[in-house]
Amino acid sequence: MKRIGLALLVLILACSSWVGLAFAQPIKIGVFEPMTGPSAAGGEMTVEGIELAWEIKPEVLGRPVEIIVVDNKSDKVEAANAVSRLIERDQVVAIIGSYGSSLSMAAGDIVKQKQIPAVGCSPTNPLVTLNNDYYFRVCFIDPFQGTVMASYAVNELGAKTAAVIQDVTQDYSVGLAKYFIDAFRKLTGNPNSIVEISSYNTGDQDFTAQLTNVKNKNPDVIFAPGNYGESALLIRQARDLGIDVPFLGGDTWEAPEFLSIGGEAVEGAVFSTHFTAEAPVTAESGYFLDAYRQKYGKEANAFAALGYDAYMVILDVIEKVGSADPQAIRDGLAEVKGFVGATGVISLDENGDAVKSAVINKVENGRFVYLTTVEPEF
Amino acid sequence: MGNLSLFLQHLTNGISLGSLYALIAIGYTMVYGILRLINFAHGDIFMLGVYLTYFGILYTAIPWWLMFIIGPALTGVVGLLLERVAYKPLRDSPRITILISAIGASFLLQNLGIVLFGGRPRAFPVPHILNHVVKVRGVSINVITFIIPVVTILLLIGLNYFITKTKTGMAMRALSRDYETASLMGIDINRIISVTFFMGSFLAAVGGIMWGARYPQLMPLMGVMPGLKSFIAAVVGGIGNIAGAVAGGFLLGLGEIMLVALLPRLTGYRDAFAFVVLIIILLFKPAGLMGSTQTEKV
Repeated sequence: MKRIGLALLVLILACSSWVGLAFAQPIKIGVFEPMTGPSAAGGEMTVEGIELAWEIKPEVLGRPVEIIVVDNKSDKVEAANAVSRLIERDQVVAIIGSYGSSLSMAAGDIVKQKQIPAVGCSPTNPLVTLNNDYYFRVCFIDPFQGTVMASYAVNELGAKTAAVIQDVTQDYSVGLAKYFIDAFRKLTGNPNSIVEISSYNTGDQDFTAQLTNVKNKNPDVIFAPGNYGESALLIRQARDLGIDVPFLGGDTWEAPEFLSIGGEAVEGAVFSTHFTAEAPVTAESGYFLDAYRQKYGKEANAFAALGYDAYMVILDVIEKVGSADPQAIRDGLAEVKGFVGATGVISLDENGDAVKSAVINKVENGRFVYLTTVEPEF
Repeated sequence: MGNLSLFLQHLTNGISLGSLYALIAIGYTMVYGILRLINFAHGDIFMLGVYLTYFGILYTAIPWWLMFIIGPALTGVVGLLLERVAYKPLRDSPRITILISAIGASFLLQNLGIVLFGGRPRAFPVPHILNHVVKVRGVSINVITFIIPVVTILLLIGLNYFITKTKTGMAMRALSRDYETASLMGIDINRIISVTFFMGSFLAAVGGIMWGARYPQLMPLMGVMPGLKSFIAAVVGGIGNIAGAVAGGFLLGLGEIMLVALLPRLTGYRDAFAFVVLIIILLFKPAGLMGSTQTEKV
């Protein structure tokens, strides 16, 4: 009797899972972003955008979409683990992430090997997608971003010399610093125009030794791409040491923490980013900004917009190819042309990178203020 | 900037960082000196102290200077509870068991911090009076860099007085020699251990507040590195020796700044520097700079 009961139970379970399979098996999309650690703010802002996009478009091909968010703890090893977990355990068909080029690169080999397509929201180092057919991104890359800031320093600020302070543990920071240095030397026509290159590590809190050396060289401007937290402390300590020249940085500075930790010290800091609520670029931007305001009660930032776009691009591709097979999604992503997203029109080139304009923002009265838009050169 | 003022600026920076390490190391070494317990949760108590003070300043009407005392006092109570839960039940077990329990307590507090306070950093509200710049002969100094060494020295003197002159202090010293004999002499061991933990955690929180005023970025894992560095400072100075901890802290802070300042290529090895110093000191002076080798009586 007992055995029959057990057999019946197994039968019922089998039936119910089969029914579930046929009708509502969700399409799983994995998200790996830093939700804790030094990059936590960036990850959280991105996930806000992804969740908004999911609420607007929770279904594709008649099947529900499920997003699975895993915290990569701002750590390269954890990032690789997170992606393996998403692929092996959760069986996702595509992956979104991550804020931070080093974190994305840590996942690069895994997605390539397992043949699961990944779309980065804001990793800007060129190496993320280079020689990797499975990695794409919806943002511009650092050779462009570095040039944008170098030409701002030379043309707008009239700088003749610059110092660079980089975070040597972040591929993002080292890469961006290199492109800035190359562009700055070319624009000034002076190979000695970079007077000092200083380094620090993620997690450092004290930068007084580096800054004292920089001050001694008297640069016209300081370029210091790095995490918002470290950068805010760095600029604070620079002002304490009596360094009063302008600070320039990259897209990672766009976080409320940069303003709250930096306080008065970061007034006047200028950085490049992907998008601003003050200058919507497409019809989709306006729609996104309204929806974001409604859900979160605040203005959207570049990372939320990129998260939103990454999700929408993947769903658009699934719809177009009519399949949720990872290989089909990859092939579809490679063909993306003229997709109208919140951050602009996205066309992915042969490396899987988007070619888009950059926005320059400045800190004024404790707010990010839009200065100008720089178009890419073709 | 002349060469001299450049060097003076580096020196000031080093003293500023060193006095922070020294401040945190005092509490570390005190608990060890009395209980022979390396409290690995010290760095996380430090983190808790900053957060408690932060919330007190932001969400209550208590003025900041009062909160700078209430915050550490609350942290002291937390430290006292931690001892009751994590260490007291193991008092008669081998020392290694308590050590493992301390590591567990450290992880617990870190993850509790992430759950309660969130992963995103918060900005510590530094009162203006502690945070403005003065210039002395071309050397720029934030007043907080003056205040930290002063606080460190005052606490050092106060603690020394407490341990050598008061009755509780004497009981503490008796306890550090021998639990059983001390209790036979009528010392309430539980009370003395509680006082020790309260003071150790209070000191950690004071160090945390000073750290927050200097580097106003609060994160749940902010205590890990300062905790490790001040542990090294305490060992370098001779663990259990309070003046040694202060010396070790200054040595470490100055060394770190000078390494980055004079050998910029080695910046990446900044954290490794502390461990290299530790290894060298332990090789040549196993008891630390100011530690005395105690012979075990059988």
